Amino acid sequence: MPKKYNISVKTTPPRFFPVGKYTTVEFREDCAGSCRECVKKKCIYGIFKENYLHMLSMHDPEYIYNCQSCLRCVQECTKGIFSRVINPEYRELGDEYWNADIIHRTGVQAHTGQVPVSGSGYRGPFVGEGFDSMWTDMSEIVRPTRDGIHGREYINTCIELSRRPRRLKFNKDMSLAVDAPPIFEVPVPVLFRQPDFGVLSNNVLMSIADAAHKINTMMFIRPEDYSEALAPYSDNLIPMLTKDNYREFTDLIQKSRMIEIAFKPGIENEIDKLRSLKEGLFISVGMPLNADAASRSLELAKADVDTLHFYADNHGRETDSENPRFIKEMIREVHLKLVDNSIRLKVNLVFSGGIAMAEHVAKAIICGADGVTVDNSLLIALECRMCYRCRQGLSCPVKLEDVELEYGSQRIVNLMGAWRNQLLEVMGAMGLREARRLRGEVGRSMWFEDLEKENFGPIFGEKKVS
Amino acid sequence: MSDKKKNFKLPKGVETPSRFRNTIGKYTIKRSSACISCGLCAELCPYGVHQRYDNYSNPIRPKDHKCIGFKCKENDFFCVDRCPQQALTLRLNPILDTMGDYRWPAEMLLAHFEMAETGDLPKVDLEYDLGNSGGGFDKIRFKTADPKNYIDISDEDIDTSVNLNKTGDGRPEIVISIPCYGGGMSYGSTALSVMTGRARAAERLNTLTCTGEGGYPSELVPYKDHVITQVATGLFAVREETIQYAPVVEFKYAQGAKPGLGGHLLGEKVTPEVAAMRETVVGSSLFSPFPFHSVYSVEDHKKHVDWMKRISPRILVSVKVSTPTDVDMVAVGAYYAGAHIIHIDGSYGGTGAAPDIAKKNIAMPIEYAIPKVHKFLLEEGARDKICLIASGGIRNAMDVAKAIALGADGVVIGTAEIVALECIRCTNCESGRGCARGIATTDPELSKMTTEEWNEQRIVNMYLAWRKQWCGILRSFGMKSIKELVGRTDLLVHLDYLDEDERVKYQPAPQKKMII
Repeated sequence: MPKKYNISVKTTPPRFFPVGKYTTVEFREDCAGSCRECVKKKCIYGIFKENYLHMLSMHDPEYIYNCQSCLRCVQECTKGIFSRVINPEYRELGDEYWNADIIHRTGVQAHTGQVPVSGSGYRGPFVGEGFDSMWTDMSEIVRPTRDGIHGREYINTCIELSRRPRRLKFNKDMSLAVDAPPIFEVPVPVLFRQPDFGVLSNNVLMSIADAAHKINTMMFIRPEDYSEALAPYSDNLIPMLTKDNYREFTDLIQKSRMIEIAFKPGIENEIDKLRSLKEGLFISVGMPLNADAASRSLELAKADVDTLHFYADNHGRETDSENPRFIKEMIREVHLKLVDNSIRLKVNLVFSGGIAMAEHVAKAIICGADGVTVDNSLLIALECRMCYRCRQGLSCPVKLEDVELEYGSQRIVNLMGAWRNQLLEVMGAMGLREARRLRGEVGRSMWFEDLEKENFGPIFGEKKVS
Repeated sequence: MSDKKKNFKLPKGVETPSRFRNTIGKYTIKRSSACISCGLCAELCPYGVHQRYDNYSNPIRPKDHKCIGFKCKENDFFCVDRCPQQALTLRLNPILDTMGDYRWPAEMLLAHFEMAETGDLPKVDLEYDLGNSGGGFDKIRFKTADPKNYIDISDEDIDTSVNLNKTGDGRPEIVISIPCYGGGMSYGSTALSVMTGRARAAERLNTLTCTGEGGYPSELVPYKDHVITQVATGLFAVREETIQYAPVVEFKYAQGAKPGLGGHLLGEKVTPEVAAMRETVVGSSLFSPFPFHSVYSVEDHKKHVDWMKRISPRILVSVKVSTPTDVDMVAVGAYYAGAHIIHIDGSYGGTGAAPDIAKKNIAMPIEYAIPKVHKFLLEEGARDKICLIASGGIRNAMDVAKAIALGADGVVIGTAEIVALECIRCTNCESGRGCARGIATTDPELSKMTTEEWNEQRIVNMYLAWRKQWCGILRSFGMKSIKELVGRTDLLVHLDYLDEDERVKYQPAPQKKMII
């Protein structure tokens, strides 16, 4: 039996104190000074233990990060000198999609490699936009769940990036009468993509490539950023080429297992030429996720392509549209177009843009993707705060340029370890043991509009507000 | 029914102040050093914000949480205006920004602290009926009642009881006096004083509480008539006698906090006592298996039910499931297998440690599941033969009433009970030494932060306050019993399903962006 796939995580603390959510405020002039009951000494998380450091050496106070907001110091101080505020910097973190909560959680997962666990039930809004308007199903009694997370049952998260024959034919001696294309598997449905902003120093790219190598997934990378130092990872790199420039990168193609070529009308005709450059080369075609994506995907699926890779924008929205739809609806459109034309099984669909949390992976697959790519989350794992200062040529507050390979790679591995375990939780609850079985399985999901219509419709009538 | 139960009378609320010296209020009132300790404010304030003891003449820090705020300005006892030294300042308390979340906003937390302290509804203008979640219960309202229907009867004459056995199978008809019982929180997840406090409160209120899956500590035996024994996948300390103690046995097939996953007790909370109870190893995390590996069909499930019924002739069987798409089928299956209670646990609730991804994403919210199951049981002709209990994200008295109007007979409450014990939902129940506020912890020091008497009275107080709200609703609709409210969806409206001119007649759903 082959060894079970496992992502090996290791605690890797951040280099800088992350932007904390809360901070206590003290009105020191009211302090009794020597009441002997000082709550700072009693904090059960010990957050004031090294309080003197930031006084001495102008460090950020660590309790901004470590405060767990139990409010005991506020409520127990004999003089009531404490209050608490939300760190103004935390409020400003990220943007409306990559919000402070996502940045904070991603950071914690990259630190610990653990699934985020907390008590006291759910704290968020009832329903939200995008992926937040669907729930995943669970199994009860007659459809058994799978006990995957602690390894008691094996759940396979592997997907393929290679094309499949549409039908098999056999000779009389039962040997295959058709050419079966080679199979290319990755053990997780998450691929990496070079982010389109950020301090993409050699160290950062190396860290991402090394992490891809360690967990055996693939990384999409611009060929101009390909350096000698990345050569050892060439098996895990997918250079993103174009029709015009691929001839300049024939060396690179020779080194790669898989390449991507950007969509252009007539690109189908280039596929054979590319294949002739290297035997067994896997080819993905990259294209924007816009209104034409579904019809294009049908054309390309008929050609000899392995994988179709669609790019939504940074917030997971359709591109080239004034009224963009969210990636979840777009995945449905492309997937169903291929299903309706009975060609879905031939190609693989990978989607990029807006994949920010582990649940997005599961939900994208339910909508019909084979796999997804992560981009900004890789930077956030390396402590990026999504402040976009680098876009203006300003310095990076967390010195991404100085990231060390071992640290950076382990942080990304940790994040993926945590994500994969969360995927196992969700799949286990659904009773699925194969990520490939999850693809397009909308029957194992519940959608806000449907639930409202089915359960509230008969009671409250027609919905007047969407 | 025993004589004790026949003559049952609801207890009285007893003032049970906070454990903490600095209480948190919606308003904060500060006294400056200009104070000359004349004591006028203490004489004036009828709410007890300013306190003064005969043998102590220095000014004492005001009790912020009692202050009714700016509306007091109209009163001639408004302390800020009357203070001869202008030493008092009244402000909105900025700390509220940092408390609570979309489901339990700060004001709902503070109001429940107040109810648990006084046994009455808060006098401060706090919003405790609606959360900020922007959907589900927070958008459902009771229709404005026709004043003609109002009946003028006292709370004592209103029946809020629920019969848990409607099957007529000869087993006891257990009647609980409020439409709520306590959810399972295991030995190991909460402090022992919390468990016993909840059990004592259940006895006082003539309702039930539940052991959770972590075993049956001997300290609960004195209250055994009010303690449900939970049989969960870990089967910790499920023994013949613990089944025989119980009036109701609950099979936990799934739980709303983490639907589709087994119970979690992280290593740090597995102390020697907890490990001994569960017959496991100290410090080793306990992830209960999932599912019951002995149940893969409704027939297997019936075997479970029969097994329990054989062990004790007096017990009722409750089947706790979560809310998958086919929750209605599961409920009917449970009925045909001979269960007395079908308990559906929605996905937004729970108290225990759970992966965040599960809490947010797996299974449907209870607001959808209740009408779904209720309708299906009606169509199957089984509704009047089984008790439908809902839980998971039912936060306050109005949520309880809405859940009942949607079709449940009663509800199970977990979070609100621990909020009554001053949980502020910081969600760190599972890590390190556990709850910093001494509720969900097994740490030898922290678990001594509360006493069982205090816990008991706080929970009793909260339910007494809730009951006042239920009685108010029932009276306004001309009902004498909460049973009349079951399934009355015609009394409910949902804001999103109303025309604009109708919608403005109802309180809008709070919508505030929060940092959580």
